[in-house]
Amino acid sequence: MVTRREAMMSAGLAALVAALPAMPASAQQAAEIAALPREKVKLVPPPFVHAHDQVARGGPKVVEFTMTIQEKPMVIDDIGTTVHAMTYDGSVPGPLMVVHEGDYVELTLVNPASNELPHNIDFHAATGALGGGELTLINPGEQVTLRFKATRSGTFVYHCAPGGPMIPWHVVSGMSGAIMILPRDGLKDETGKPVRYDRVYYVGENDFYVPRDADGNFKSYASLGESYADTMEVMRGLVPTHVVFNGAVGALTGDNALKSAVGETVLIVHSQANRDSRPHLIGGHGDHVWEEGKFANPPAKDLETWFIRGGSAGAALYTFLQPGIYAYVNHNLIEAVELGATAHFVVDGEWNEDLMSQVEAPRPIATN
Amino acid sequence: MNTTSILLSGAAAAAMAAALAGGLVLAVPERPAGDAAAVPPAETVRIAPGTLLFPEPGAFLRDGRPVAQPRRSLRLAAPLEIMRHQVSVGAYRRCVAAGACSPADLPRDAAPDLPVTGVSHIDAEAYAAWYSRQTGRTWRLPSAAEWAHAAGTRFVGDLWDGAGDADNPASAWLARYRAEGTTGAPAAPPQPRGRFGANEKGVVDLAGNVWEWTSTCYRRVTLVGEAETRATLENCGVRIAEGRHRAYMSRFIRDGKSGGCAVGTPPEHLGFRLVREPGPLARFALLWGRLTGAQAEEPAV
Ligand SMILES: [Cu+2]
Repeated sequence: MVTRREAMMSAGLAALVAALPAMPASAQQAAEIAALPREKVKLVPPPFVHAHDQVARGGPKVVEFTMTIQEKPMVIDDIGTTVHAMTYDGSVPGPLMVVHEGDYVELTLVNPASNELPHNIDFHAATGALGGGELTLINPGEQVTLRFKATRSGTFVYHCAPGGPMIPWHVVSGMSGAIMILPRDGLKDETGKPVRYDRVYYVGENDFYVPRDADGNFKSYASLGESYADTMEVMRGLVPTHVVFNGAVGALTGDNALKSAVGETVLIVHSQANRDSRPHLIGGHGDHVWEEGKFANPPAKDLETWFIRGGSAGAALYTFLQPGIYAYVNHNLIEAVELGATAHFVVDGEWNEDLMSQVEAPRPIATN
Repeated sequence: MNTTSILLSGAAAAAMAAALAGGLVLAVPERPAGDAAAVPPAETVRIAPGTLLFPEPGAFLRDGRPVAQPRRSLRLAAPLEIMRHQVSVGAYRRCVAAGACSPADLPRDAAPDLPVTGVSHIDAEAYAAWYSRQTGRTWRLPSAAEWAHAAGTRFVGDLWDGAGDADNPASAWLARYRAEGTTGAPAAPPQPRGRFGANEKGVVDLAGNVWEWTSTCYRRVTLVGEAETRATLENCGVRIAEGRHRAYMSRFIRDGKSGGCAVGTPPEHLGFRLVREPGPLARFALLWGRLTGAQAEEPAV
């Protein structure tokens, strides 16, 4: 066995595999995959994205990721409201994974013994077994490794789906993220011309349903289990108490605002695992927008607001033309301002007087 | 209860009271009829007259461009009697119970000795009017300049003075955003009285995490030449709240977070403290000083 594996790792692989006698198809596939180059990627917390090539170098490979599930208290607003979050790798949303079409995603999911609950992962990008959910359900103290082939390019949600009412509860408690599967030759505009980005940010939107006490104050609970019944009741009302980017009100503003500069092209990946959203960049546009997130479809041009269906991720490409502070919001403005769905871009650069000018400063109304 | 001893808390005033003897106090009733005993008098601090370099609140334009706020040297000529502490939850509740104030946006179980928060400028003025009726003295919000004078070294003002690159309007917005930038950490709840300590003048909890309403209105001022004005447009629907930084707030807003602009850091909590107009006794003392050739005091700005 060892010698055959070693042999397959060497050159002349295809011929050798073909020559192997009476090998079952599945074993042959496994052998082919085992022969692929492997790459280990260390994930980074959103809004940042791990380093990656926009155009694939070489052929398909197996890209290895590891995520550790962390159940932990997280503060989700500016008055200190604390929820027992369930997270992939410690962040809400979980990290964005980036691979190329034709690559294999190999995820090792770890559920430490210190957690209370079983979890799994359902990749909308994967085919079969409830997106991998059937093959990945693990108890505290277990780990599992799933491999799936990235057959379709685009941005796709992943989320926890451990069955029944646990599914929405885990998702709105923070257990979702996204994967971006780039075409091997990179992104293209509506005419097929290549487009590239200088930066990519991942904005994951999450709706929280925090119970209140008799005085109307948000409640906190000693454990996840104790919060379940009350939280479920609020969830069934379908009115979130918080709609936030990156896990908390203000997580992407102030010192944590997203940075860019005039002339830079930014790709914004936006996911919402549970509920519809409508991103809008105040003072800017979506130059090219894959609203449904699937790169095989040509991008829409010059959008003012784009629609992210609950349970999907989309991508918008924009080149900043003017310096200043931009608010990136869910343009249900009540959700943006009152419930938290606001991020800021801080954009440096030279002002373009042609694009906009204050012709006359405010002054008392002329009386003649 | 008698407020005389508190009114005359400064050493100079105490000396004056001794010189004037008690007859005058008897001659000038300090209270109207009614059950004012239920309202404990607020402890005040007497701030000596003085000069301060005051960055004027508002927006300033020259040649159609935003420019830095002028910093004016101001003389506050009369002593200022200001509450040592912010108005408390318990004190404010008395006004609510009397039907003279609207309830603050506060948890029902808020401790009575916390500073009252969740109050608008309108609420603060209603409290001042009620408290004046209860005490028979005139209480009002301080002006921004008076607040700055009382705050002394605790005064901050605007974190960004309005200046920017004339050719790039965005530079000013970026400068302000960076000046007010936050980590997104949650705001602490209002803290028990005294948590932020007293300043060098003995005024407590200034520029902690409760911003204080002032009577000063927002202004947009057009400057000409070096320091000449100008057209001034005053908008009293927006008042100045002072604290860890200056905030311009719609006067009906109770929750600081909701009253700010689309960007920039809003106040964490909105509360207030009051100043007391000089009473007949103090006015007499000022007159007495003039008659006896002591240092004359100009009226406060
Ligand atoms: Cu889960």
